[in-house]
Amino acid sequence: METPYSTKALAISAIISCLILGAVNTYVVRSFGFSGQTGFKDALVNLFFWVLGALMIGNTLRFYFPRQNRFIFLGGLILANSAIWTVITGFVLPYWLQNIVGYKAFFEQSLTVRIAFTFLLFTAVSMLFAFLYTLKDQQVSEQRKHEAQELARQTELNNLQEKLHPHFLFNSLNSINALVAIQPDRARLMVQQLSDFLRGTLRRDSDLWITLDQELEYLTLYLEIEKVRFGHRLQTEVEVSAGAGSFQLPPFILLPLLENSIKFGLYDTLGDIVIQLKANISDKTLEVNISNPFDSETAGQFKGTGFGLKSVKRRLHLLFGRTDLLKTSIKESIFTTTVIIPQNS
Amino acid sequence: MIKAIIIDDEPLARSIVAEYISSLKNFEIIAECGDGFQGLKAIQEHKPDLIFLDVQMPKINGFEMLELLEHRPDVIFTTAFDDYAIKAFDSSAIDYLLKPFSKERFLKAINKWEQWRHTKPTGEGDFSNLEQPIQRERVVIKQGSVIKIIPVSEIEYLESADDFVKIHTKSGSFLKNKTMGYFEQTLDPNHFVRTHRSYIVQIAQITRLDPYEKDSFVAVLRSGVKIPVSRSGYPRLRSSLGL
Repeated sequence: METPYSTKALAISAIISCLILGAVNTYVVRSFGFSGQTGFKDALVNLFFWVLGALMIGNTLRFYFPRQNRFIFLGGLILANSAIWTVITGFVLPYWLQNIVGYKAFFEQSLTVRIAFTFLLFTAVSMLFAFLYTLKDQQVSEQRKHEAQELARQTELNNLQEKLHPHFLFNSLNSINALVAIQPDRARLMVQQLSDFLRGTLRRDSDLWITLDQELEYLTLYLEIEKVRFGHRLQTEVEVSAGAGSFQLPPFILLPLLENSIKFGLYDTLGDIVIQLKANISDKTLEVNISNPFDSETAGQFKGTGFGLKSVKRRLHLLFGRTDLLKTSIKESIFTTTVIIPQNS
Repeated sequence: MIKAIIIDDEPLARSIVAEYISSLKNFEIIAECGDGFQGLKAIQEHKPDLIFLDVQMPKINGFEMLELLEHRPDVIFTTAFDDYAIKAFDSSAIDYLLKPFSKERFLKAINKWEQWRHTKPTGEGDFSNLEQPIQRERVVIKQGSVIKIIPVSEIEYLESADDFVKIHTKSGSFLKNKTMGYFEQTLDPNHFVRTHRSYIVQIAQITRLDPYEKDSFVAVLRSGVKIPVSRSGYPRLRSSLGL
């Protein structure tokens, strides 16, 4: 039997209960002037069929316990088992002890008490089983719910960190293809950078925290590749204030923001652009600002790129339970994304 | 000589096309452009026979650039796999090259174009169905030499006007040589509804519906303009408004 209580503890309590019941039964029969042996036999038969009845009730409830009309079902079960018990013991006991003088009369007189006691006993047993199985049901569904939530959370986290855009990969390969003919050394360098970037993408575990310095190493590879792709149009400035480099952050938080910023900056303007990344310590938390120029007149067209920001916001919410860690602001023609990373210790 | 123009915002992507073309005897690159505006200008100036066109570019994309041309040159798209449904190219473009592409693949596209060029009936390419295969977020319009980009959220309503569609916005109205059916298909149906054969309305602009004659209605917009609602447009409008 699988219940929240250990099987061993339940078995021991059941055996102790049986011993007490048997002893009391023997004692009561003896007190009516019968021998100890007669009392013991009476108790043995009663106990045997009580245990049998209790097991039947337990097994019935284990395999079938309706959700509706539970009390009617339980009542029926108790009554049926009590009736069966009465019929069997009413046949077995007078037959087995027919040679004991006065036993038959005693049995008939005590029949009402026997039935009443059995009914009560079976009621108690049913309640106990019903309680145990309900508890177990609840525990199982609670656990399932918890598992489902955890699974959903993990899946969502995995989905949210878009690890790599095929667009980026294919365009980088195309650039390498062009460089091979005209500048083989740069082609080789870019293959190396792209490989290191991809390795960094594959190796990362979303649960592991990394330092800003580690993240910047990875982001620098990304920026170098993008600069080769877009030539002089793209320039970057990275500023890290003293001490901020050792602050921790979850991986893949900054990359989508940077991608967004580059995409926004490059596709919303025609001229050369500067993407800035600034990391500061602010009130013992890490604050990172990423900014890009844009054209305020046509910015409406970039509603669609909000997904990168939205998914980072959702990730931060899943990780920290806060919704105020990602902000965007516009100053003149510069769009800035600010992300705040609380530190663990 | 065959005149070709390369339009791509990545310099190295242009250089690989240029490298492949340089091995062809009778081809000449007359311009390399880094965005759609330059592309537009170069095409109008040089009247190329063939253009190599990237899709994702600054400000206006390759499809939008084509929309602005009265006489379209023949087009071979060069693009990395992305959101643009590649299938949509199949029926409309001469060919499309997926980056990175090999020289063999490039030459195959050139061959395909040359064959097509010799068999086509008229001098001009039939690109009537060369449309942007995604939902629009903006409409690009050319007024004289000025190119205007209208985010779809600024459109109040569209009205058919002979062979054109008149786009009404807060800052004025603009003509675009497209059909109503085209806009009905490419505008987000959650935000736009065709209330009438000649009208498409932005749902958020509607303030109320007034009865008009027997069985018919007019939609009153925020700007006060009244838009007819036809008998077949009424159920569409009702479901769009969630009635």
